[in-house]
Amino acid sequence: MSTSTTAAVSPPPTASTAPAGGERPRSGRRPPWRTWLLAVPVPVVLLLLWDRGVAGAWTLPLGIQMGFLPEPLQVARRLADLAFGGLVEDSYSRTLWIHLYASSLRVVQGFLLAVVLAVPLGIVMGRSSVLFRMLEPTINLVRPIPVTAWAPLSLLIIGFGDRSTIFLVFLAAFFPVLLNTITGVRQVPQRLLEAAAMLGTPAVQALYKVVLPAAVPSIVSGLRIALGLAWVILVVGETVGINVGLGAMITQARDQSRTDLIICGMVVIGLAGFLADRLLVLLVRLVAGRRPLVNP
Amino acid sequence: MVKIGTPRPARPADISVRALVKQYPGTSSPAMAGVDLDIAAGEFVCVVGASGCGKSTLLRILAGFEDATAGQVTVSTEPVRGPGPERGVVFQDYGLFPWLTVAENVAYGPRQARLAKREVTARTERALETVGLSRLASSFPQQLSGGMQQRVAIARVLANQPAVLLMDEPFGALDALTRSSLQRELKRIHRETGTTVVFVTHSVEEAVYLADRVVVMAGGTSHGNSGYVREVVEIGLPEPRDVTGEAFNELKRRIDRLIHLPNATAPAPRSSGGVPVAS
Repeated sequence: MSTSTTAAVSPPPTASTAPAGGERPRSGRRPPWRTWLLAVPVPVVLLLLWDRGVAGAWTLPLGIQMGFLPEPLQVARRLADLAFGGLVEDSYSRTLWIHLYASSLRVVQGFLLAVVLAVPLGIVMGRSSVLFRMLEPTINLVRPIPVTAWAPLSLLIIGFGDRSTIFLVFLAAFFPVLLNTITGVRQVPQRLLEAAAMLGTPAVQALYKVVLPAAVPSIVSGLRIALGLAWVILVVGETVGINVGLGAMITQARDQSRTDLIICGMVVIGLAGFLADRLLVLLVRLVAGRRPLVNP
Repeated sequence: MVKIGTPRPARPADISVRALVKQYPGTSSPAMAGVDLDIAAGEFVCVVGASGCGKSTLLRILAGFEDATAGQVTVSTEPVRGPGPERGVVFQDYGLFPWLTVAENVAYGPRQARLAKREVTARTERALETVGLSRLASSFPQQLSGGMQQRVAIARVLANQPAVLLMDEPFGALDALTRSSLQRELKRIHRETGTTVVFVTHSVEEAVYLADRVVVMAGGTSHGNSGYVREVVEIGLPEPRDVTGEAFNELKRRIDRLIHLPNATAPAPRSSGGVPVAS
């Protein structure tokens, strides 16, 4: 194992920009560019270490042989070609968007199916102790089964193709949404239900007039966890019997020992997951307007 | 000073409580027993008493949040069955909907009653004007101080033009200045609307300042018996009431003594048990 004394480490930002004299930084509110500056060195160092490691064919613990990795620049080149072509020009050129679109569609379908079923179920389970006691044991027995373990079975009972992947995404997203909805509903203060009742709200109406909005913050965090998991499951869900999709692309690249393509797939899935989360938060904000999203 | 257009109830309600008993499941003795009480339409009644005497329980039964174990409770001759918009409740912790604006909170009741849009707007504006919050209509509850939030809560029930206003230590969490200004406002609102008010408080001064009559409750499971009405004190002081006046303080002292009197006069003393059970 060769440990290098990385000479190329960029220095951490110095305190030379500290406010002088009577100027006082307002606590908690630092200028955004300083936050950005602080975030830059770590990825830069990691990229440099990656680059040097590949060039020097380092062997890391657990037998990680960096010599088998492509260099960062190679990956960047491949990624650009995947997206826009003109650099490598092979059968993968310009296919990124097709894969991304196919994967996104599966994620959205599975995710929406999970939301449509888990939110109402969570609301009634959170409100009715009878239903909760009826369903909770079963749910907690099924829940620990990893979605990856469902994958072979779903191929056999659903068959190759979209629906099997959508089912796995649905499974991955279902439980976080359900559990967070139940938690949110159970935390709705009794006082709000009393207030609604004395203002003339029948009990069933209170479910969507009071319980649902009061549980929204908790439901939203469930949605975010679920959406993240939906992208995680994609790589497994698109392994077999699917030609188009980021997971399928990674599988094909693995069969051809194309590490640069695999890393491209990883990067894109990571970015897609990140963007999906941002988009979800944005959507929630758009719907909520300036309403406060806090637990009552 | 009667403002034009202050929301008035269709008809202020009279309240009748007969032989009311409340026993919580799993407890050996009732939290409250043998409560008889008559409140006239438009009357302002305060209920005072030490902790655990059942004053809040009484209010929650009137509101319909809790069922009586035995006895009759009627509001405008109608037996109370569950909560309803004709009995507006103001809680100590406001109970506002945090995702709705001030105006939306106030409009909630009229909307729930499926009133015409114009009527909903009119009632909301009038109720907000009554509590002096018109300019904060588009704020959210969490942006307001405690006193402001309680004003919203009062406006919210006024918009329903309730026959009865039930208030459970509504000013208990507020600072002294806010508290006294809200007390004055409540008196004004009561004068303008003519609504029957039942107001639970642990402050004797507040009760004497506000009420036409003060219901003094005593006992409770922590005293080894059940809560009961010890006496109903007629206040009869002229308005505006002077909290430093001799007559005012004489009434305060009398009610204080009634609250802290030993338990001998309890109508249904319990010899055995005596295990304090939190209600």
